[in-house]
Amino acid sequence: MDEILEILQNNAKADSKDMAKQLNLPEQEVKKRIMEYEKKGVIIKYKAIINKELLTDEIQDVTALIEVKVTPQKDKGFDSIAERIYRFPEVVSCYLLSGGYDLLVIVRGPDLKTVSSFVSEKLAPMENINGTVTHFILKKYKDDGDILISQHPKDTRPAVSA
Amino acid sequence: MKKNKYDLSKMIEALPPSGIREFFDLVLTMDDVVSLGVGEPDFPTPWHICESAIFSIEQGLTSYTSNKGMLDLRSKIAHKIQKKCGVAYDPEEEVLITVGVSEAMDVVLRAILNPGDRVAVIKPSYVSYSPCVIMAGGVPVEIECFPENGFKLDPSDLEKECKKGLKALLLNYPCNPTGVSYTEEELKTIAQIIKNYHLLTLSDEIYDSLTYDFEHTPLLSFPDMKELVIYLNGFSKGYAMTGWRIGYVAAPREITGLANKIHQYTMLCAPIMGQFAAVEALRNGESEVEVMKKEYKRRRNFLVSRLNEMGLKTFMPSGAFYTYSQISSTKLHAKVFAKDLLMKKRVAVVPGTAFSEKGDQYIRISYASSFENIKEALFRMEDFLKELK
Ligand SMILES: Cc1ncc(COP(=O)(O)O)c(C=O)c1O
Repeated sequence: MDEILEILQNNAKADSKDMAKQLNLPEQEVKKRIMEYEKKGVIIKYKAIINKELLTDEIQDVTALIEVKVTPQKDKGFDSIAERIYRFPEVVSCYLLSGGYDLLVIVRGPDLKTVSSFVSEKLAPMENINGTVTHFILKKYKDDGDILISQHPKDTRPAVSA
Repeated sequence: MKKNKYDLSKMIEALPPSGIREFFDLVLTMDDVVSLGVGEPDFPTPWHICESAIFSIEQGLTSYTSNKGMLDLRSKIAHKIQKKCGVAYDPEEEVLITVGVSEAMDVVLRAILNPGDRVAVIKPSYVSYSPCVIMAGGVPVEIECFPENGFKLDPSDLEKECKKGLKALLLNYPCNPTGVSYTEEELKTIAQIIKNYHLLTLSDEIYDSLTYDFEHTPLLSFPDMKELVIYLNGFSKGYAMTGWRIGYVAAPREITGLANKIHQYTMLCAPIMGQFAAVEALRNGESEVEVMKKEYKRRRNFLVSRLNEMGLKTFMPSGAFYTYSQISSTKLHAKVFAKDLLMKKRVAVVPGTAFSEKGDQYIRISYASSFENIKEALFRMEDFLKELK
């Protein structure tokens, strides 16, 4: 992968002037490549990762992983049923999997009731869906590469050493 | 108190104090210092290595090991050297696990030197080299490297000293503090001198995996070097394992035999937890080393470019994680520069005088610090330089 993307993936706010220096490229070249990635949709958008565990005085939203068994449709396989599901804004992720079930759907809502009724009223009754198992997330330790529960460890290195 | 109240060791009393110590004490009294003075990786040891050591402790593996270190580790090291350098070492007799390269350096020097033996030390160098030579009864012969030569050893300077008689050479590349390394061509000339003068050479290649612009060439990879080269390496830098204290020596059995004699009487063995961690590092550590190396390289490029923009002349170092930057434009002595920068802007760097008598126009800047820290330190340094004008 282009190192520009590697850097941005870890820090969406990385400065193109800094990147140019880091990668020994002209700044114009860095800017040009980023623009191309944005245009082509390689870079979809830039967003912040928020550790909601630390927002203690707000009501925490609820996330569930839902295993979904599906009967694939002629000609379309799983894609059309997947689309019917992922178009709901409550669905934050949707994956086709190998193994014991077909789709893994991640649903987020303001509370348990909203998520449960989404499953029972929208998801489960859908045509070609043969069954669902819902797992509510109790605690997030690590999310997409970022550890959420512990603070950064202190730097214990002596400030000056040989 | 009278200086000789206890009639202590005259040799140790006469050793110059570490050029970093006084500075270190000063930094300790301060908050919010951004330090580019650190000589060890900012990355934590890769988790698979830590996890493996934790497992070994849970298994109750907390004893001494054989003096020379665990045979499994010695075999893996011999295998790695064979792969990198094309030279075979007998793990039973020719490899010794030590408490870091620090101990390796000490026991080897004590094993090979007789009182008064002359040992070439290439300056600027890691702070311990000359003191270790003195403590082993030798006489350090300091060969200076100059900016005109990109701080590389001029082989003819080495040859001159060989003609006057040298017992051994202490070579380190990539170099702490300059980051200088040598290409295969350059090393060829050095290897030829080593061979011609039958010069025992301690080759400290502890930063070998952190070489950014070309492949690291081990000194051992040249013909006939096994007889003369004492290969020193360890886990501290490349694998980010400084606190585990594991290094090693590979050398002809006569030398490792004597070194081990000292090691067994003074150290007994290297810590077993560290040895288990090192085994795991050799087994599965390469991909994480590559990730760290890539990040160091980006920081290096950024740092060198910014320093030059700011008017601190800095050549591109090819390895380790330091720049050796010239501060002549400020007309300050390196010690004054480093102290003022710390007092006024809370940025720590190390004055070049810690590494060479001729280092008063240079500071060592470490990029073993996060990109954000480096950026912040550079802003502060820029302010500092502006205020000088
Ligand atoms: C050139 C050089 N050799 C040896 C050492 C000591 O390393 P170890 O942690 O293996 O004792 C260092 C550490 O800074 C170093 O820079």
